[in-house]
Amino acid sequence: MAEAENIVVATAERIFADLADPQTINHDKDGRWTAPLWRALSEAGLTLAWVGEEFGGAGTDLADGFEIINAAGRFAIAVPLAETLLAGWLLQQGGIASPDGAMTIAPAHPRDRITLDTDGTLSGRARGVPFARTAQHVAVLAEGGDGVSIALVETARLRIDAGLNLANDPSDTVTFDKIMPLACRPAPAGFDATTLMLMGGVARGLQIAGALDRLLAISVNYAGERVAFEKPIGKFQAVQHNLARLAGESAAASAAATSAADAIARAAAFDEAVFLEAAAAKIRCAEAAEKGAAIAHQVHGAIGFTTEHILHRFSLRALAWRDDFGSESHWAVELGKRVAARGADELWPLVASR
Amino acid sequence: MSALRFDPIRLPRECEELRKEVRAFLADEIAAGTFNPYQPKREDADAREFAARVGARGWIGMTWPKQYGGHERSFLERYVVTEEMRVANAPVRRFFVADRQSGPILLRYAPEHIKMDILPRICRGELCFAIGMSEPNSGSDLFAAKTRATKTEGGWLINGSKIWTTSAHMADYMIAIFRTSPSTKENRRHGLTQFLVNMKTPGIKVNPIGQITGQKEFNEVVFTDAFVPDDHQLGEIDGAWKQATSELAYERSGPERFLETYYVLTELVRAVGPNPDTRSAEGIGRLVAQLHTMRRMSVSVAGMLQAGKEPVVEASIVKDVGTIWEQQLPHRVRDLAAFVEENAGNRETLENQLTFAMQTAPKLTIQGGTTEVLRGIIARGLGLR
Ligand SMILES: Cc1cc2nc3c(=O)[nH]c(=O)nc-3n(C[C@H](O)[C@H](O)[C@H](O)COP(=O)(O)OP(=O)(O)OC[C@H]3O[C@@H](n4cnc5c(N)ncnc54)[C@H](O)[C@@H]3O)c2cc1C
Repeated sequence: MAEAENIVVATAERIFADLADPQTINHDKDGRWTAPLWRALSEAGLTLAWVGEEFGGAGTDLADGFEIINAAGRFAIAVPLAETLLAGWLLQQGGIASPDGAMTIAPAHPRDRITLDTDGTLSGRARGVPFARTAQHVAVLAEGGDGVSIALVETARLRIDAGLNLANDPSDTVTFDKIMPLACRPAPAGFDATTLMLMGGVARGLQIAGALDRLLAISVNYAGERVAFEKPIGKFQAVQHNLARLAGESAAASAAATSAADAIARAAAFDEAVFLEAAAAKIRCAEAAEKGAAIAHQVHGAIGFTTEHILHRFSLRALAWRDDFGSESHWAVELGKRVAARGADELWPLVASR
Repeated sequence: MSALRFDPIRLPRECEELRKEVRAFLADEIAAGTFNPYQPKREDADAREFAARVGARGWIGMTWPKQYGGHERSFLERYVVTEEMRVANAPVRRFFVADRQSGPILLRYAPEHIKMDILPRICRGELCFAIGMSEPNSGSDLFAAKTRATKTEGGWLINGSKIWTTSAHMADYMIAIFRTSPSTKENRRHGLTQFLVNMKTPGIKVNPIGQITGQKEFNEVVFTDAFVPDDHQLGEIDGAWKQATSELAYERSGPERFLETYYVLTELVRAVGPNPDTRSAEGIGRLVAQLHTMRRMSVSVAGMLQAGKEPVVEASIVKDVGTIWEQQLPHRVRDLAAFVEENAGNRETLENQLTFAMQTAPKLTIQGGTTEVLRGIIARGLGLR
């Protein structure tokens, strides 16, 4: 996804370039940049891209929405765009119209559960909910007597304990204490917590791939400018080889994440093949984030360790995104169990089916 | 710098039809005892009849023009055949080099009558090719090659030696680079020419070299006034370096670049059984995620080749990441196998495979261009050199 080829993605890229320049953001201590950025994204219909036109959204197809998320990763923007897209998508699954403004999703971790009581209220706790305290609404996946439901809740009604992720972005604990949702509908057949985690995991994979793409570009650029021993450090073979490895990790993340996004966009349901694609993407992107961020910092030396430099905006977010919607450890166990249950001779057919 | 792009190419439906045919064919071969998929360690599988049967199916020279015996099918179809053969551990050594590398070079640089003579025979699985690049003092640094081709009446006389030449002992032909003039100050890549060498030519001696796996797959090849006729010169005199580098994408990104030790993963899954503990499940899950990602990258490059691009950097990345992965795989499987039940039915097979795969592993990041050389190519692609 090097250059945007369609109008929706081109619009997103242009807005990011104009209003989310990493250098400007990095120097804006008051966070004043978020309001104009959000306004522009929202006016362009990008925040509700995955919400159908009948519900006041832009009705953008899944593939384009994924590209918007990938582009957001390239700018490592810290506004709940991916979260609002996902929330809109989730609400759409339940036939619930999306409100305006920023949204987030709960649960955001595979082990957290929100339950729907017989009186129609929601209970439970969700940790690490991204941007809960800045969002106006939460799209909730709840489990109750009759199965899985999708609900819309105002954040004002919830207890929110502020937390921060590795990149210092809001990652809050949200407690539902017999909260009556604004709307609540049964989820479609087959839709469950795993579906939501896979979808969220792919979004995070695309963001990580975007950030790695940028980490590579920033690092190659820096290696061409920084002079040591009378030549640019990029002329040293050891540095070149590190950057070649970073390119490999960036390529792996991009291949895995875009393939998973493509699989979801084309599939009729979240079947075995989508599970393989999405789980593998989250695992491999997380691994790439770890290796890639380390190399990018190594190439930058001390300057990259400062708050002044933009590097951390990308490296720390790539690392932080590993934790949302199931870590690589979580998905590796789940994928490993499925592979084992299918049996040895079914492994290659599964991998080669894509 | 433009971003690296690995689009999510999908194999079209005709590929999946073809895959079924290849699997059925391989199942028949296994049933007939041609090879044992669980026994990757084979002494030098020559497998002539197997090559002929694969050729008869139309699975050699798949993408080449029909006039030369080819089948004008897509790179993606060829991709499917290659990966099914590799995963099954089929004995492809006799024809694989010709199919992947030598044939495409001949198609591009050989005179018409040579193409008409040789290419159809490759397609029928009759010919085995070797690649004569490395010399005792010229491996990574190809341009240090010294083995000489001296002009003589009607052709060239070859003197010197090649080394590490895979399959030279059973090859019908070698495509080799020889020094036809000294390199120049301005261009040290100058002065090498590519030739087609008939291995039956007098003056060629092949000496086997043992490998740490116990196999004897590569050789030293010594040339003493071996005659190569004029029409066996391939491409430009003194310009082989341009030719050698343009074919690299084909050599470097295929499924054979990450599947060489794949069998240990299958065997590990078999050994842990349907209800693995958390540790085994996590380990297998990660390896499968990595494998799947490797394959997506590789298929993506096949898609670029099919689209007529020359993805040299992307292909080098696939080989770098892929060979490191296949090299680590047996060691990771060994870690996980440490806790496999003593009574796992396939324990012996797994252990034998692990031993062989770990003996094989060191070569994977050397053959076809070392990790360091690949990273140099990637760095150039990134604009660093
Ligand atoms: C199993 C196997 C099969 C082979 N089959 C064939 C064949 O059929 N035909 C053929 O022609 N060759 C073949 N080769 C040879 C292979 O192509 C060479 O081994 C390879 O190119 C490396 O050359 P070398 O062994 O001379 O190592 P060297 O070039 O001596 O390299 C030794 C080490 O130094 C590193 N190094 C060298 N130069 C640099 C540099 N500039 N910067 C950083 N590091 C550097 C290398 O990466 C390597 O790690 C085969 C090799 C193997 C292992």
